[in-house]
Order: sequence, then C-alpha cells, then structure tokens
Amino acid sequence: MRWRAIPLSAWVGLIGLTAALLCALFAPWIAPYGEREVVGDIWLPMGGQFVLGTDNLGRDLLSRLIYGAQTTISVAMAATVLSFSLGVMLSFTAAVVGGWTDQGLSRLNDLMMAIPTLIFALIVLAVLPQELWILILVMAVLDSTRVFRLGRAVALDVTVMEFVEAARLRGEGRLWIIFREILPNTLSPLLAEFGLRFAFAVLFLSTLSFLGLGIQPPEADWGGIVKDNKDGIIFGVPAALIPGAAIAGLAVCVNLVVDWLLNRTASLKGGRGDG
Amino acid sequence: MSQEQGSSGSRLTTPQVMAADLSGPPQTASPSAGRLVTRPLQSWGRFRRHMPLAALIIQRLALSLVLLWAVSVVIFLGIEALPGDFAQTYLGQSATPQAVANIRAELGLDRPALTRYFEWLGGALHFDFGTSWASGSSVSGQIALRLGNTLFLAFWAAAVSVPLAVGLGMLAVHYRNRMPDRVINVLSLAAISLPEFFVGYILILFIAIKGGWVTFPSTVYEGMSFGQRLEAIVLPCATLVLVVLAHMMRMTRAAILNVMSSPYVETAELKGLDTLRIIARHAAPNALAPIINVVALNLAYLVVGVVVVEVVFVYPGMGQYMVDAVTVRDMPVVQACGLIFAAVYILLNMTADILGIIANPRLRHPR
Repeated sequence: MRWRAIPLSAWVGLIGLTAALLCALFAPWIAPYGEREVVGDIWLPMGGQFVLGTDNLGRDLLSRLIYGAQTTISVAMAATVLSFSLGVMLSFTAAVVGGWTDQGLSRLNDLMMAIPTLIFALIVLAVLPQELWILILVMAVLDSTRVFRLGRAVALDVTVMEFVEAARLRGEGRLWIIFREILPNTLSPLLAEFGLRFAFAVLFLSTLSFLGLGIQPPEADWGGIVKDNKDGIIFGVPAALIPGAAIAGLAVCVNLVVDWLLNRTASLKGGRGDG
Repeated sequence: MSQEQGSSGSRLTTPQVMAADLSGPPQTASPSAGRLVTRPLQSWGRFRRHMPLAALIIQRLALSLVLLWAVSVVIFLGIEALPGDFAQTYLGQSATPQAVANIRAELGLDRPALTRYFEWLGGALHFDFGTSWASGSSVSGQIALRLGNTLFLAFWAAAVSVPLAVGLGMLAVHYRNRMPDRVINVLSLAAISLPEFFVGYILILFIAIKGGWVTFPSTVYEGMSFGQRLEAIVLPCATLVLVVLAHMMRMTRAAILNVMSSPYVETAELKGLDTLRIIARHAAPNALAPIINVVALNLAYLVVGVVVVEVVFVYPGMGQYMVDAVTVRDMPVVQACGLIFAAVYILLNMTADILGIIANPRLRHPR
C-alpha cells in the first residue's frame, strides 16, 4: 500500500469518514453539552459560547449534531449489514441452487422492486409500531432487494466457472460453495456496493426521520434535527441546514472512497469501465 | 447506481422468456386437453412471427397488468398480515376490549380480509377508495384534487430537467476529459449525495427568505391562474430538477461515450465531420435506448422525490397527503396513495421498456 498513490479525492473522503466515525464512537466525550440539555435561548446565532448556535428548544446544536452522528451512523450501519447478510445469502442461494428457487426468489424480488422504496416504507410503517428495531428491519428488508439483484448477477458469473464445477464434483455442500468458492471471488464489487448502500441508508434514514417516521424525539439524529429546526428557516435561521450539510458531507465522503476503491480494482480486472 | 441500469436489462428479458414458454406447443399434456390449449397458443405463435413488435408490446403490457395486480395484493393483504391493529393504536393501551371491538365493527375490520380486499379492489378499479378513517371524507375526492397538483409539479420538473440533462450530457461528451466535463462530473457526484430536503431548504433560505424573489410556502389553491401556479412551483420544481439532473446527465454521457467508441463514429470523424454534428446526428440516435431508459428511471424517481419536496414546500399534493395519513395511521388513504404511486412507477418503467424495444431493433428478435 503506497500512501502517495491515494488520490486527493480519496483522502478527503477518508478524512471525512474518520471524523464522522470518531464523533459517533466518542460522542459523550467530544460533545460540549448533553444530548437533551437545554443550555440557552432558542435559535441563538453561531459563534461565542455555542459554536453552531442553539436549536428550537435551546439545546446546543453542535452537541446534538455529534450525538446525532452516533444514532444516524449506527442505525444506518445496522440496516446495511442486515440487508447485506440477507441479500447476499438469498441471492447466492438463488444463483447456486437455480431452477424454481431462483425463479421464485427473483420474481418476488421484482415484485418488491415494483413499489418505490420510500412509498413501500411509508405503507409498512403506517401499520407497524414505532420502534427502533422495526425501523432497522424495514430499512434492511427493503434495501436487500437491491443487494439481491447485484448479488445474483455477480454470483451467476462465478457459478459457471470451472473451479465451482470442480467443487461440485468433489461433493462439496452448498454452504461450502457459497462461502468458500463464490463469496471470496465476488468480494470486491460487493464491498463497493456496501459503501454505496450505506450512503443510501444514511440518506433514507434521514428522509424518514425528516418526515417524522424514523427515529423519534428526543433522541438526536440528523434527519430529525432538520425536522425540529425547519420552522426557523422562515425567520432566516440556518440551523436546519447544518445537519443537512452533515448528511450530504457523509454521503459525498462515502462516494469518494468507493470511487477510488472501484478504480483501484477495475484496473486489476481489466476493462469493464463505465465510460 | 449501476444496479439500476442492470435492472432494466434483466426486465427486458422476462417477456422473452415467457414468450419462449408460450410459443412452443405443450408436448407433455394429454392429447385431449392439449388440443384445446394448443389452438390459441398456436395462433399466438403465428401472430408473434408476423408482428414481433406488436407481440412484444402486448406481452409487456400484460406483464405490467399482472405486476400491478400483485402490487395491490401486497399493499392490501400483505399489510393485513403484519402485526399491528388500527383500533388498538387509535384508542391507546388502556382501551377496553369492548371499545376496540366497536371501532373494528364500525370500520368493517371484523369481516374477513379477503372479502374486504375484493371490495377494495373493485372500488379501486372505479377510482373509489372508500372513506378516510381519520376525517371520514371521501379519499377519491381528496386524491382528485391533489393528484393534479402533483402531476403538474412533476410534469414541469421533467419538462425542464430532461432536455437540460441530455444537452449537458452531450456537452460533457464534446468536452470529455477537459475542464467542463470534470466540473460536470464533480457537481453531479455532489448532487447525487444531497438529500432533497437539504436542497429545498437552501433554496428557501437564500431565494425566498433572504432574496424575497418568490413566496414560501408554495401553496396552490382553487381559482389560481396558470401563471400564478407556475410561479408558486418554481422552487419545488427547481429542487426536483437539481436532484434528478445529475444522475440523468451522467448516464446520458456514459451512453453516448459507449457509442462514440464504435468504428462508424471513427469513420465519421475521419470524414472530417464536425464533432457536435457527429454527436447529435450519428451517436445520439444509437444511444437513444439507454437514454430513454435513464430518463424513465429518473422520472420514476421523481415520483418518490415529490413526496419529500411536497412536505418541504408545504405543497398540497399526493405526497403530503400520504405522509400525513401515515402519521395518523389512516390506512385507506395510505393504501390508495401507495397504489397510485406504484401504478405511476410501473407505468413509467413499462413505457421505458416499450420505447426501448421500439428504439432498438435488435431487442425485437431475441436469439
């Protein structure tokens, strides 16, 4: 690994990601005030005692933002990990077993994808009780349809290779073929996809929270902070824009790192450029 | 977003696979039953040979209808299967069983789910979605008012963004790997990562509040003139354009670049033709199918983006109606809006496939 070979854009992405992760991990030690602590007047301007000002209830915005990083990143990460486990397992099973299993799973997936994700989430969340684990599960299941589509495509490319056939003739079980033959050979596109899906999960979670259907107050999360402070916009208070910028920044950083990883691995495989 | 592109490719193959299943006579069936089934299948096969294009389109239409029906099953019966009871949530934890039973009877929830599904589906076919649980008013009446508003907004967003995206995409190809192309690339990467509400509030803060050029919130009401309506939707429309523009432009650029690397474009270049002319006259027509696909996918994305943008701008459309209904768990409204959004989405994807088939003759004769 040569440090000089990493392009500037990737450095920006890596530094941004590290900063966000540090905020998420050490939120109680970094944040100057408590998550729910009312410290001053409402919507105080930036600067002075409160670096980013205060929010609609007089809580310190910087502290809310740092605690929000913790909630947003951990929930998005949990949903992405779950959706990947689900999507990769099902798609690899479909690709390896083939036949009716493949047809059944693929058509079910087509059906799920025929409804826009946000609309589907709205319908489902209208019925289910508002709890954190349900939110994560809904996000994961809806997102796993996209993982399934990609996973099946890349796994089909690998299942027709000679070494998989050799493993089959050797009498290896399906689990061996999935985990020891196919998974290692599809890891690089899946890793890139993991980054992109994580960025989408952050955006999706923020959108749901913004609509009031995601993480419930008083817990801080970035989409929720936008919702709390949106009325300030009319009075020219930019408090709602700061968490929005944080969401956008995190998504850009993830994209920059993924771009770099994809370019690095694309040169290994040769061709398959996206023009 | 590469998986979205792949999705369209695999969607195209489904009718062909189905066609292969249908066209061959069922040889394993018993002779008497076989004769009955074979005749329509044979005539369908003949129709397919004579008019392959029409046959493909009919298949695609049929597939969409089946999909739409399946979606209605998911939206109604699938939701029914989930845990959670409206009556219980509505009355709270301390409700007596008698009160819960009363509410259930009042809303008709005590009848079997299948009966209610068929009633609902029958009503939906006549654009009758029952009455709202929360307000008691007719859902169809509200939707009739709001659907027009939403379509008006989405139409203008599309009318601005599609020509702009295709034009900028061509420009990026013209200046590829030079400064304008790089700038467009970086900007589009940033635009993909921006949440809709962030773009919306930036526009509101700097253009409506600080600049004072347009009014906020973007309310439209009965009796507004066409010009006033247009003025009201300037900001929501701009937000939607910014959100979909980047992706559409990137894909247009990729589609044209793909064609630009083919030998006949090199011939045109060697003939000494002007680059812009090559792009517009020679490369663009062959890149049409993927571009149409990208455009339709992004229009379908507008359907989703519209929900958030309507909430940001307090615009009285379908999205706002649906979000409000979800917060109070008003199921008839949620299901009606969900079905309409899904129908529009399916319709757009279908249009993309059909236009793709028409634009690319190779898809008409699957090998």
